[in-house]
Amino acid sequence: MSLIGPNGAGKTTVFNVITGVYQPSSGDVLFAGRTLAGQPPHRIARLGIGRTFQTLRLFLNMSVIENVMAATYGNTKAMPWESVLRLPRARREEREVRALAEDVLSFFGQRLAGYRWDQPAYSLSYANRRRLEIARALATRPRLLLLDEPAAGMNPAETHEITELIARLRDERDVAVLVIEHDMHVVSGCSDRVIALDHGVKIAEGGFDAVASHPAVVEAYMGRDPEALSDAG
Amino acid sequence: MSLDSQPPAAGPQVGADEWVARQAHRREYLPSWLGTGQRWLERVGWWPKLLVVGLAGAALPLLGLGGFQLQVGIDALVIALLAVGLNIVVGWAGLLDLGYVAFFGFGAYGFALLSSSQIGPNGIHLPTYLSVPIVMIGAAVLGLLVGWPSRRLIGDYLAIVTLFFGEAFVEFTNNVAPSVLGGPNGIVGIDPISVFGRQITTNAGYYYLLVVVLVLTMAVLRLLDTSRTGRAWRAVREDPLAAASMTIPVNRVKLMAFMFGAVVAALTGTIFAAQQISVFPTDFDTPILILIYAGLILGGAGSIAGAAAGALVLMVIYDGLLRSPTDSGYLFYGLILLTLVVKLRPWRRLAVVLAATVALGFAAHAVAGAISARAVAGGPHSTGWLAAALRDWVVVPANAQVLGNWGYVLLVCLLIALVQVGRRWRTILLPPTICLASFVWETRLAVEPAITRQLMIGAILIVMMNARPQGLLGSRRVEAITWPRSRSGRGRPVTRRSPGMVTAGERRNPF
Repeated sequence: MSLIGPNGAGKTTVFNVITGVYQPSSGDVLFAGRTLAGQPPHRIARLGIGRTFQTLRLFLNMSVIENVMAATYGNTKAMPWESVLRLPRARREEREVRALAEDVLSFFGQRLAGYRWDQPAYSLSYANRRRLEIARALATRPRLLLLDEPAAGMNPAETHEITELIARLRDERDVAVLVIEHDMHVVSGCSDRVIALDHGVKIAEGGFDAVASHPAVVEAYMGRDPEALSDAG
Repeated sequence: MSLDSQPPAAGPQVGADEWVARQAHRREYLPSWLGTGQRWLERVGWWPKLLVVGLAGAALPLLGLGGFQLQVGIDALVIALLAVGLNIVVGWAGLLDLGYVAFFGFGAYGFALLSSSQIGPNGIHLPTYLSVPIVMIGAAVLGLLVGWPSRRLIGDYLAIVTLFFGEAFVEFTNNVAPSVLGGPNGIVGIDPISVFGRQITTNAGYYYLLVVVLVLTMAVLRLLDTSRTGRAWRAVREDPLAAASMTIPVNRVKLMAFMFGAVVAALTGTIFAAQQISVFPTDFDTPILILIYAGLILGGAGSIAGAAAGALVLMVIYDGLLRSPTDSGYLFYGLILLTLVVKLRPWRRLAVVLAATVALGFAAHAVAGAISARAVAGGPHSTGWLAAALRDWVVVPANAQVLGNWGYVLLVCLLIALVQVGRRWRTILLPPTICLASFVWETRLAVEPAITRQLMIGAILIVMMNARPQGLLGSRRVEAITWPRSRSGRGRPVTRRSPGMVTAGERRNPF
C-alpha cells in the first residue's frame, strides 16, 4: 500500500503518529486490534511495526551487521551478566541474532554481501544506506513495514530494483508494506492500494490508476486545471 | 497525468567490486612501513593483545621501579580504570557525564566507612569480600538515583546537571556530619584490602592488584561490548530516535550505562582508598575529572583499549615525567626533535633548520656574553648531561624570571605566526622559535612544573586533535550534521569527521 501526496501533506507525520514519535491529539491508532496511542516507540516496534526514515538515521559508526543486530534488542532477553559470562541463553540468542542478521542482509544479494558486514555503515554508498535501513527494520521482525521514501536519491536503475524488492518483501516475507513515495514508478510498481493525502486529509483511496487520475489528487499536485480556471474567469 | 511505467534497464552493478568497497578503509593506514606495522598489529586478535599487555604491565616492577615510579604507576592505573569506566557512559552511550568522579568518591568513602573506626565505638571493619560488593551495589543504586531524574536530558543539559552532582558530592563530604565523614580532614586509618585472606599492605601489592583488576574489567567490558547490551548503548549514542524505533528502550539503556559506569568508578574508589589509607574531599574534585576525560579523549572515546592506553600515557607524562626536572627536559627537547624529524621534508630542509637552530643558539649566547656578563650569568634549569650540552647554547640571564615572562609572551606570538605563514617563512621562523622556546623552558617552564604540566597536557591534546582526532586507539567517527534539501525535498546527508569526542549531532530530544 502506498501513501502519496504533495510536500507538506502530512505523510511522514502519519508514520510518526503510528510509530509513537508523535502522540495523536485526538483519536486512536489501532494495530491488529490493539491500541497504539500513548505507547512509547520501542514498544510499538516490538508489537511488529518496523520503519525506515526519510532522512536516513543509521547507526553510522557501527558496522553494517551490528546495525542490523542492534535492532533485535527488544526481541532478545539475555541480561548483561549472562552476556558477560556467555551463559547458554546469551550464546543461543547471539547465534540466532547473527543468523537473522545474515539472512536479512542476504535478502539484498550482492549489495550488502559478506565482505561489507564488518565495514562501518558510514562507508556505504547512499543507496546502500537506504537498503541497510530496510534490512535493519526487517530485523525487528515486523508484520507491518513503514518505508519513508525508499527510492529518494536513487538513480532509475536503483529505483527499479527497490520497487522489485518491495514486491518481494510483500510476497516472500509476508510483511505488509506501507510506502511513502514521490516516484510514481515505485508507487505503481508495488502497491495494491494507494491513498492520497493533502493537508492531513485523505482525498482519495483505491487502485493506482484510479487515484492517479482522481480529480482531487490532480488538483492537489497540479493546482486547478488552467482551462477550467480561464473558463471560470 | 501521464506516467511512463516502462522500467529502466538494470545497469551494471557499480561498486559491487570488493576492491572499490574497501578503498576508504585502505586509506586509513599510515604510509610505508608504519602502515605495514599497523596491518600486522591488526591481525593479532583483541584477547592476545590484552594478555600480552597485561603480562608486560605485571612484569614492569621486576625492572626495579623506585618508590616514586611505583606510585606513578598506581596513580596511572587508577585513572586508567576510571577512564575505562567513563568510556561506558561517554564513549558508548554518548552521555556527557561530568559528575562521574563523584561515583569514584562514593566508592572510596563507602569503603572507608565500612573498613575503619569511623562509625560506632569500635568502628566497622567488614572483610573485603563483603565491603567491596556492598559499595559496588550501593554505587549502582546511586547511579540509578542520579540517572533517573536526568534520563531525558541529553548533551549540554545532562552535562550541567551531572556537574552539579559532582560538586554537590565534594560539598557534602566537606560539610555534612563531620564526626562521621571527617569534613576537610577526611577519613584516615582505612583497613587494607585483602585478597584470598592475604592483606595487601605494600605499594607493589596494590600495583599488581590494579593491573589484575584493570585487565579483568577490560575483559568484562569487551564481552559486554560485543553483546546486545553493548550494541544497544552504541545505537543510543548514534541516534536515539532510530534506536527507539528499533525496539531499544532508550531510557532504560541509558540508565544501565550510568549504573555500569558508577560501579567501575566505585570499585576503583575502594582500591584507591585502601592504597592511600585515607580519603579527603579534594581527592574527588574537578581536577581528577579533567584528567579522566583527558585520558579518555587522548586514547579515543569508544575504545576500551584506547581509554586505558590514553589514561596511562597521560598519567605517566603528567605525573611522572613532568614532575622530575631531568625527565621533563628530555621530554621537552625530545618532542621538539621528534616533531621536526617527522614533519620536516625534504631531509635537506630538516638539516638546514637543525643546523640554523644550533648555530643561532651559540651565536646568541656569544653575542649576549660579549655585551654583558650578566646576560649569561644564569645556568639552565635542566640537570644531567642536558645541562652540560645546553650551557653555551641557551642564554640564561641573571634576571631570568622577568625576561622569561616576556619571552613566554613573545613565544606565544611567534607560535601563532608560525601556523599562519607559508612554507618559506615557516622554515625561516622555525630556528628562532625553537631557540626562544628553549629559553622560556630553561628560565620559566621547567622551574614551575605544577603549571607547566597543565600547559603541556593542553598542548598534547591540541596536537592530538589535529593529528589524530579519533585518539590513540580510537576508530574514525563520522557524524551526520545537516540535510541540505534539494528542490524535490530529497537530500543526501552530509557527513564529516568529528573531533574524536562524542558530540550531540542531533540536539533535538525525540522523547
